[in-house]
Amino acid sequence: MTEEIIIAGFGGQGVLSMGKILAYSGIMQDQEVSWMPSYGPEMRGGTANVTVILSDDRINSPILNEFDTAIVLNQQSMDKFESMVKPGGLLLYDPNGISHHPKRKDITIATIEAVKEATLINRKTFNMVVMGAFLKVHPIVKMDNIHRGLKKSLPERHHHLIPLNEEAIKKGMAKVQIIHKV
Amino acid sequence: MTEAVITPEEIIKRGKIVFKKTKNMLDKTLSYCPGCGHGVAHRLVMEVIEEMGITEDTIGVAPVGCSVLAYEFMNIDMQQAAHGRAPAVATGIKRVLPEKYVFTYQGDGDLAAIGTAETIHACNRGENIVIIFINNGIYGMTGGQMAPTTLQGMKSSTSPYGRVVETMGYPLKITEMVAMLPGVAYATRQAVHEAKYVRKAKRAIRKAFENQKDKKGTSIVEIVSNCNSGWKMTPVDSNKWLEENMLAYFPLGDIKK
Amino acid sequence: MEDVKLMKGNEAMAEAAIRAGADAYFGYPITPQSEVIEYLMMEKPENRTGMQVLQAESEVAAINMVYGAAACGKRVMTSSSSPGISLKLEGISYMAGSELPCLIANVMRGGPGLGTIQPGQADYFQAVKGGGHGDYRLIVLAPSTVQEMADFVDLGFELAFKYRNPVMILSDGAIGQMMEKVFLPDQKERLTDKEVINKYGSWATTGKPESRERNIITSLNLKSEVQENHNFHLQKKYKSIEENEIRYEAIQCDDAEYIMVAFGTSARICQKVIQLGRDKGLKLGLLRPITLWPFPKQIINKLADTSKGFLSVEMNAGQMIEDVQLAVNGKAPVSHYGRMGGMIPSPSDVLVAVEKELKKIG
Repeated sequence: MTEEIIIAGFGGQGVLSMGKILAYSGIMQDQEVSWMPSYGPEMRGGTANVTVILSDDRINSPILNEFDTAIVLNQQSMDKFESMVKPGGLLLYDPNGISHHPKRKDITIATIEAVKEATLINRKTFNMVVMGAFLKVHPIVKMDNIHRGLKKSLPERHHHLIPLNEEAIKKGMAKVQIIHKV
Repeated sequence: MTEAVITPEEIIKRGKIVFKKTKNMLDKTLSYCPGCGHGVAHRLVMEVIEEMGITEDTIGVAPVGCSVLAYEFMNIDMQQAAHGRAPAVATGIKRVLPEKYVFTYQGDGDLAAIGTAETIHACNRGENIVIIFINNGIYGMTGGQMAPTTLQGMKSSTSPYGRVVETMGYPLKITEMVAMLPGVAYATRQAVHEAKYVRKAKRAIRKAFENQKDKKGTSIVEIVSNCNSGWKMTPVDSNKWLEENMLAYFPLGDIKK
Repeated sequence: MEDVKLMKGNEAMAEAAIRAGADAYFGYPITPQSEVIEYLMMEKPENRTGMQVLQAESEVAAINMVYGAAACGKRVMTSSSSPGISLKLEGISYMAGSELPCLIANVMRGGPGLGTIQPGQADYFQAVKGGGHGDYRLIVLAPSTVQEMADFVDLGFELAFKYRNPVMILSDGAIGQMMEKVFLPDQKERLTDKEVINKYGSWATTGKPESRERNIITSLNLKSEVQENHNFHLQKKYKSIEENEIRYEAIQCDDAEYIMVAFGTSARICQKVIQLGRDKGLKLGLLRPITLWPFPKQIINKLADTSKGFLSVEMNAGQMIEDVQLAVNGKAPVSHYGRMGGMIPSPSDVLVAVEKELKKIG
């Protein structure tokens, strides 16, 4: 199994750390992983994206131009990545702030009101709500591996926040909506 | 008539020994011009190292300039550095061998022009090293070009009509500059063109190495020297010119102690 | 499983330096490799192994600190990115001339000039053809995974000391910045001065005991005859490196009808291209040089007997292609595909280029 994912949004939304938790969770289930960020001054405030690959085999290119899944968290990213989802793939997005919704019919499209849901828990768990939504549609990592992944990727002083993060993941799983399925 | 032939060995045997060359200087003819101050400065540094009993624990760094071949004459472990980089090289040595003694031996072009950044930052870090800085106001090795310490109006091959400060800048007092840095433990200016100065210079060099022993930080000993070839003078005239002109702008004595 | 980590290439390299028993690191920040010194400063290796870390005032100072410490027989490392490496070249030439072992990492970005902070591979010529002045060679290792970023640190030090020659890890911003799973090696002990002498001989400047002649580290020989002899000695050493240290990986070359040659990030992309190509029935292979110098000439020449052609895929205007052409020696057509200025070619871009070349060959 190989899952090639792009996560794209604004800097500060937790795009990179969500990718890191996914990658660590992959390691916990003995998979090969890669995490390739866009880097540079645009990281703060501007757009940020990260390509995450989880695979049972050796990962070839960490840089891709088509993806099994695109997780899109702002309009710029929607404009850029909608066309890069492989036919039959998944596009997951938060409709908050999206004015031009995706039009493709050959991919699965799902939404998660992550801003809204996260506000009810803790705004900083936004990215975990999104991750929960993704894992509901594509259950590529097991919940206990996510738990271990969270433990590995968060510094120890933040370990007390793990239950909060897991609550957010479950919230995302519960609230994700499939708009279009192929 | 027979001529009485006395060999040098015979003379030494008959007389009382008042001076002995340090074993830290090799039996090699110095490559410096007759009359140049480098030879005395070399000897003083090597004598201090022998007298302190640190020969086996000392690593020297030679620069680019007339003293590029200093390691040919000094009988200790030495490295030759790229132009101006001796304080960085010495930093590298001292960081991995903190218990050893490390010194650089640099000229004015090396230390105060191309190596200004390395000089200032080694001093600012308070690297526990000794910097011996020979200031003769000129680039000797490359044939008498203008140095950062060339005096106003002084002629050199690249200031053939004399140094014009408006376009060529002022002679740089870098020892005063680094003396203000908290990392510098000791900054002094000495000379070696007369016996009275030589004795003082040696005491200053000793103090610098003692500072290193006591881990006090950077010590810089500037030695105002002549360059009779570069200045196009006889050795005697060059010493006189040094006394009258160089020492007027670069006064001798401790700047920070 | 405790030593499996998810790390950036830059961090993996820094951690590997501590574990390789490095004595010192001297560096200066520059994107995209500042994580190396940041990681080391955070990690406090002085407490772990006694390794020294210092942020120099410039790349120029850093490489000269490396010179000074390496001349004491120590395992010393520096890292930078393209513009910073240009500044270090003076010192690198001096170290090659003085025969000093050291490890230099270049996490390349797009150039020329200040260029971009995005990944590039345009320093190939600089790394393998000299860069600095004089006839010298660096052993150049090209990692293409985060694991290799870690593994090549110890390998680099071993080669550097074996041949008393600077070794360069030629990486790029993509590998430096990306995270992958990495198995970290065990901690190696730092060598004492005595162990260095026993293992590598007594050439270092650590203070002259009565029992030996003084050691001098210099690249200067004012007598041309002596300097030429020194050059002959260096060339002999380089020849021996060429005979013994070539490393490469041949991926699906056995039945390949067309072969891509690529290193580092480009080699990763080409592995995807093989997959995409083979899905379409194109028998593609990849020859990945691991040592860029010495360059794997013989294997490429041998592959030219069976391959219809070669495509040198590089993030530059075409640099390694010259070595590929020399290796192929006219046996098959050699073309180049590249992006520049921080642009990374996508797998499908490369596949299009491959298909175009195959069409030409017919």
